[in-house]
Amino acid sequence: MVLGRDTDLRNSVATAAIGAVLLCAGVAAQGPERADLLRTDHEAGRAGGRVVFALRSEPKTLNPVTAVDSASRDVIWRMAADLIHIDRQTQQTTPALAKSWTVSPDGRRYTLELRRGLRFSDGHPVDADDVVFSFECYADARNGSPQRDLLMVGGKPAVVRKLDAHRVVLEIDQPYAAAERLFDSFAILPRHLLAKAQQEGRLAQAWTLNTPPAEIAGLGPFRLRSYVPGDRLVLERNPHYWKVDREGRPLPYLDEIVFVMVPSEDAQVVRFKAGETDLISRLSAENFAVLAREEGARRYRMEDVGPGLEYSFLFFNLNDVDPGKRAEVARKQAWFAQTAFRQAVSAALDREGMVQLVYQGRAASLTSHVTPGNKLWVNRALSPPARSLSRARELLAGAGFAARDGTLRDRAGTPVEFTIVTNAANAARVRLATIIQDDLRPLGIGVQVVPMENRALLDRVLQSHDYEAALMSLAGGDADPTSEMNVWLSSGATHLWHLGQTRPATAWEQEIDDLMRRQVATRDASERKRLYDRVQALVAENLPLIPLVSPDVLVGSRPSLGNFRPAVLDHNVLWNADELFWRP
Amino acid sequence: MSVRAGLPVALAVLAALHLAALGAAFLAPYDPTEQNRSLPYAPPTRLHMIDGEGRFHARPFVHRMARRRGAEGYEEDRGRSYRVLLFVRGVDSEGQPAGLRLFGVEEPARVFLLGTDGFGRDQLSRLLHGARISLFAGLLATALSLGLGWLLGTIAGYYGRWVDSILMRSAELFLALPWLYLLFAVRAVLPLRVSSAQAFLLLVLLIGFVDWARPARLFRGLVLSARERSYVLAARGFGASDFYLIRRHIAPQTRGLLLTQAALVAPQYVLAEVTLSFLGLGVSEPTPSWGNMLASLQQYHVLVSYWWMWVPGLALLAMSLAYYALSEALGPRAGHRSAE
Repeated sequence: MVLGRDTDLRNSVATAAIGAVLLCAGVAAQGPERADLLRTDHEAGRAGGRVVFALRSEPKTLNPVTAVDSASRDVIWRMAADLIHIDRQTQQTTPALAKSWTVSPDGRRYTLELRRGLRFSDGHPVDADDVVFSFECYADARNGSPQRDLLMVGGKPAVVRKLDAHRVVLEIDQPYAAAERLFDSFAILPRHLLAKAQQEGRLAQAWTLNTPPAEIAGLGPFRLRSYVPGDRLVLERNPHYWKVDREGRPLPYLDEIVFVMVPSEDAQVVRFKAGETDLISRLSAENFAVLAREEGARRYRMEDVGPGLEYSFLFFNLNDVDPGKRAEVARKQAWFAQTAFRQAVSAALDREGMVQLVYQGRAASLTSHVTPGNKLWVNRALSPPARSLSRARELLAGAGFAARDGTLRDRAGTPVEFTIVTNAANAARVRLATIIQDDLRPLGIGVQVVPMENRALLDRVLQSHDYEAALMSLAGGDADPTSEMNVWLSSGATHLWHLGQTRPATAWEQEIDDLMRRQVATRDASERKRLYDRVQALVAENLPLIPLVSPDVLVGSRPSLGNFRPAVLDHNVLWNADELFWRP
Repeated sequence: MSVRAGLPVALAVLAALHLAALGAAFLAPYDPTEQNRSLPYAPPTRLHMIDGEGRFHARPFVHRMARRRGAEGYEEDRGRSYRVLLFVRGVDSEGQPAGLRLFGVEEPARVFLLGTDGFGRDQLSRLLHGARISLFAGLLATALSLGLGWLLGTIAGYYGRWVDSILMRSAELFLALPWLYLLFAVRAVLPLRVSSAQAFLLLVLLIGFVDWARPARLFRGLVLSARERSYVLAARGFGASDFYLIRRHIAPQTRGLLLTQAALVAPQYVLAEVTLSFLGLGVSEPTPSWGNMLASLQQYHVLVSYWWMWVPGLALLAMSLAYYALSEALGPRAGHRSAE
């Protein structure tokens, strides 16, 4: 039912788009360089003011091609724009830099019509060459972009060609289900600023936090003004932005967005409460409860948006590590690589306890990586995980482990123990890890929790592979499974447990690769759902990531902030930063 | 007068704290890592002597706690009462019988005299077991950093000239070093798994070595002025050796400062452990320490909602007041002499 509605809507968007193209052809004939701006239909506001938002960690980069961490993306996407955008509230595609698009009958050619008169935030005009250049950068293996997998359709990269100054065509090898949605994660880059770096193969190192603001430009509502390491990053209004409100006044309304670095959530709560920041998101249930208790007396309002797309998980290091350099990890991988071992760990976990103790009930326990918040795609046939120590013991016994004197030992008699690294700044995750530690104790598995600073953690997980197990979470940028490609493809840049695979390491990773590629190439929505259901079943069975819980999206804002509409999709509160305004 | 009277009190408090830490296994009613998942942040259990019918019981009893329906917090289930028992056999976290414990309560009830933390662990048991690490790590780190600081400061102040320059410039270097990043580096070269004993040692060594420079500068200043006093010069004139001069005339003058410094830094070092734990260099869960117990107070909701989570802070306060009283009581004699 729900799926049917999705298909209908997509078709209607396509039809509308064709109409729009015809209409625009007429307009274009009159004045080729007249800017055609997008008119929004939300409440018209007042210009001026600024919004202060606290980031939990320092952004690692300002480069849209390489950014993976959420702090970087929070900042980058206020400064960047895409061709076709997913409306965070309706979760449907809407025109952005491309004012319209058409699909060829075989579903393999997308022709996009760019808005006229677009300018980057430094005033430089935009044309089809910038679009072609951008996709080149994302597709270039040297840049290691996490979005690169999205462009690989049926094993071949999508090709973006220029038709004329204002039209580009995306050609894919086979019909691509989520092609329109795909554009959402590709920021259009300024060729005039980045062509040299790309030519020399240094694009991945471009646009760091030390880059002068004048050398960074984008198409988003804001542009970089200044950055003080460890303290704040200020974005200012982009005067060349391409949206106007329903009364024709230019957007964005705000003069500035100030990102301040506040490394812990609790410090963020205190600063929000004191009025030093205007918005707060990704709140823990406990802090939400504390803030909500005093909602009336203080000048803010709190909102529970419901279960989100974020899923937290435990995973073991299955990377190809050098046994000479990391002997300990390599030895323990003999346990981690066994599916029965991971299943036993999963069976021993008390997820309901996690929901209650860590999230005060404002969360859902997970069977696979798809959360109940993703209503269209979650596989409801999978049975919810129930804690069973007897099943865990059975699985371990079957894999040759035996418990003696309260310690689990493998065949060689080595005690089973491992460390879990996690982000020290995230109290909820540290607490989840502590619960896991306690849950595994009756099995005789010794766990040590090592909370560490986030950058050190990411370095270990993504670069040095010097860890045994890690507790992290991911949040899909979109509800569509295509946004998860980089996690589940064995060659994906976020294939956390085993990075840099040239070919799938296991049969089930091979099958997931197949299924993910097929669902992307299938246009029939119910068939896609069937394929993705199978992916979820494979994940739930093989547990490369052991899914734990998915917290509700809990946010707060000032009541006088107009057009504030929090969404489940990322970014929950700043997604419509261009429309936010202060009421008098 | 009052200063003199403070001495026995301070000694008694410190002795009590250290004895409680040593006897934690006996005094604590539960294993400090045992979780009661249905009782997170349960308030302290009330001990009753008078039952619902107004009858007096010589042996106190408790009721079980249950979550209040549809609201935050807990209420007592008055339907049944459970007697408090003395000298009970404890059980460890795996359910195996453990040593004798001072008190307990009839199963399945629980007695939490200081409430529970977010995992339903007994705060009192954690406080007692945590004292072992915090008191002794604090004490040892204080001894190490002040010992080093005293030694180097005295040498620098007494010998002066190039010895002084080298030592003081390196002290300034130590003060100027970006410690946070160095600690990151230390964490990076250490293995992820650090046993409790290693963590303890690491704490003591890190704090001790990081923080010797400030006391060293203080002692150097003091020694510098002491060196020029007339009786020191006189002793030197009579041919006293350097070692004799330092031992007999210089060192006693630094005693007052040594004690006040100790009283100042010992509580700081207990808290420094929180920072180190945050960087993955301290005592990790589930092993309790006052530092990581207080760390939960950094969570805003804990700070404002559950007063019994502050108890480790009170213990720390008692400890530092006792140290202050100690230094006040012992200090004046040394101070008096240096004023001559």
